[in-house]
Amino acid sequence: MENLYIHIFLLFLVVITSVFAVSHFRIIRGAILLGGVSFFVSIILFMLKAPMAAMFELSVCAGLITVIFISVISITNPPYIDQRKQNRISMWKKIVALLSIILVCGVCIYIIDEKNIAFIPVMKNASAAAMTTKDSIWNMRHVDLIGQALILLTGIFAVVVLFKKGKDEK
Amino acid sequence: MNAESLILFKLYIMVTPLLFIIGLFSIMTTRNIVAIIIGIEIMTKGVTLLFATSGYFSSKPEITQNFIIVMIIVEVVILTIAAGLIINIAKKYDSLSTKNIRNLKG
Repeated sequence: MENLYIHIFLLFLVVITSVFAVSHFRIIRGAILLGGVSFFVSIILFMLKAPMAAMFELSVCAGLITVIFISVISITNPPYIDQRKQNRISMWKKIVALLSIILVCGVCIYIIDEKNIAFIPVMKNASAAAMTTKDSIWNMRHVDLIGQALILLTGIFAVVVLFKKGKDEK
Repeated sequence: MNAESLILFKLYIMVTPLLFIIGLFSIMTTRNIVAIIIGIEIMTKGVTLLFATSGYFSSKPEITQNFIIVMIIVEVVILTIAAGLIINIAKKYDSLSTKNIRNLKG
């Protein structure tokens, strides 16, 4: 039962940190808090027996993405107070967003409680033999690797195009 | 599934949509592009946790780890492209508001 309390505590931290990350006044602190969210998510992934995913989450999301965010914010140097006041969303839009959130939460709770979902179906092929992550990557989901390579190449191509200097630019 | 696992399962199933919704709320209620990207990141965190939960409770975490790794890679590529776009928009308009992007033509 102690394990359950650790899970609850970590989930509480994830939710609180993400709320602060989206609602903080200064964007750079929001980006740092996002790194904190990734850190707590990676601890949860370790506890949910997904160590490789946790390692990726910790190194890429908590490390690389936070660095990219901070560098983008420091390059663009956003004006905090004036810009924030000018770009405020009207109250009725916030109310509509809040109502839609309450609706989605209600639907989730209804599905879980009324439909009595207490299991996740297991894939037939996957339940046959004990398999490691390495086996599943290279034998079962090897087509995903091609997709990943294509996505990375797309990203490289996009970065090259976006940072290319124009003809009239010096 | 014993009682403790059932509580844990329901807890995760309720918290992961909450994270998704927090990100969605951030996207809906701001005009700052960087804040929108932070919201998208938090949405993907919720999906990551849902994948990990499904893997843990179906006793096959090694399969869902693949999906999580693919998703992290997609997340990084999205952020990199978004970073390039944000820098270009900030250079052009000297602002990070999404109001300016409405003026784009083509």
